Amino acid sequence: MAITISRDKSARGLLKEVQEISGVDLSQCYQCKKCTSGCPVSSLARCSPSEMMRRLHLGLGEELLASDILWMCVSCETCSTRCPMGIDVAAVMDALRKLAVRRGAAKGEGNVPLFNRAFLKTVQVFGRTYDLAMIAGYKLGSGKLLADTEKFPTMLRKRKIALLPPHGADRQAVRRIFKKTREDGAAQ
Amino acid sequence: MDQSTRTVAEKLGIQLIEPKGWTCCGATAGHQTDRLLAAALPAATLVKVQDMGLELVVNCAACYNRMKAANHEIAGDPQVRAGVADALGRDYDGSVEVRHLLEVLLNDVGTDAIEKALHQSLRGLKVACYYGCLLVRPSEVTGFDDPENPSSLDRLVTVLGGTALEWPHKTECCGGGLSMSRTDVVVNLTDAIVGMAKLAGAECIAVSCPMCQINLDMRQLDIAKSKGNRYDLPVLYLTQLLGLCLGVAPQRLGLNKLMISPAKVLQAVAAA
Ligand code: SF4
Ligand code: SF4
Repeated sequence: MAITISRDKSARGLLKEVQEISGVDLSQCYQCKKCTSGCPVSSLARCSPSEMMRRLHLGLGEELLASDILWMCVSCETCSTRCPMGIDVAAVMDALRKLAVRRGAAKGEGNVPLFNRAFLKTVQVFGRTYDLAMIAGYKLGSGKLLADTEKFPTMLRKRKIALLPPHGADRQAVRRIFKKTREDGAAQ
Repeated sequence: MDQSTRTVAEKLGIQLIEPKGWTCCGATAGHQTDRLLAAALPAATLVKVQDMGLELVVNCAACYNRMKAANHEIAGDPQVRAGVADALGRDYDGSVEVRHLLEVLLNDVGTDAIEKALHQSLRGLKVACYYGCLLVRPSEVTGFDDPENPSSLDRLVTVLGGTALEWPHKTECCGGGLSMSRTDVVVNLTDAIVGMAKLAGAECIAVSCPMCQINLDMRQLDIAKSKGNRYDLPVLYLTQLLGLCLGVAPQRLGLNKLMISPAKVLQAVAAA
């Protein structure tokens, strides 16, 4: 792999921040690439998990947050399970995603953060997922109004998607959680 | 899924009690967004279960993973525990036992009791058992089966009279969490899994997670459209296969909801 190192001001910040958010000691990584071998999306993405680790070591900054793998990673935890050094690589991905959203670097790859927001919004409001509201929120935001629509009639007929919002959930408890975790400035 | 789980539990004498007011675990969206949120959302349900003095049985691999991970984080990190206590308005110690339905079936009910309750057999139907990623990973958190080559679902299928196939994609991720937001990625992942099952000679895929089921079932339509690969492999949740063998009618197992027709499986069972 060829890695270009830039020397912008933000370069130093990322490694430390990623370590803080994820609780992972990145210096443990010795680049065996076992994480990458098992990663189901590394062949589809431009940058693999072990490369992300190396780039962090080398002090790369903001450009890491624009890596396409962040929004292709399926959080399957294969990398974390297989790393011989016990590094939670998936937690590093979570940390990078969080930084990307926080710093607005995720705009170009907006669909996953958008989906996450739509998903969590329905949980925040209803206490459980409510597919119709979530799908509506996601589709309006993503502009992908027609994706998968050919399946909707069948899915509704087969009752795979409920028409009515869920009831019975302890909505109060969930709202409190969202309020509290957001107060800490962490949740989006 | 829900329907088949309840029906099968009743048949086997497992009493399932729904925790009143249970809420969503936050799933992938939760932990991709915030660590504390990801621990507090499952904890809201876990304290309810603790108050009831019960264990939690989960039939979804993703919820199972999130519940287990929350317990792990809360019990292992005082800071997370304090943060969660603040968010919930009460302390939770991370001690509620969380188990997947498959564990309960194999360890508590036991294969002998299941075998005795059977009315039908899968009659050698070739089944690829698919565990997905989150049930077995990370193994120090879930502690469920062998993380690389699990066998618990294979054991259940064998008890039902099916032929559990050896195949390499038992724990490859199907990308369920990104199914809507990165359909492009997910079509590739599901194509690899279903294609491998077909190559191994499978007549059906058995799964232990409803998310995997929807994804592997429904995305076969997209795979056919965008890649021209037609597999027509029915994907059944474990209690649907088990229910059929217990003599439950297919409608009561939600089999009519599948996108890929389970006709081949029904034929095998009916031939008995
Ligand atoms: S498996 Fe672990 S040690 Fe090996 S490259 Fe990946 S993160 Fe580094
Ligand atoms: S969690 Fe993400 S980075 Fe790790 S193996 Fe899975 S897809 Fe790859």
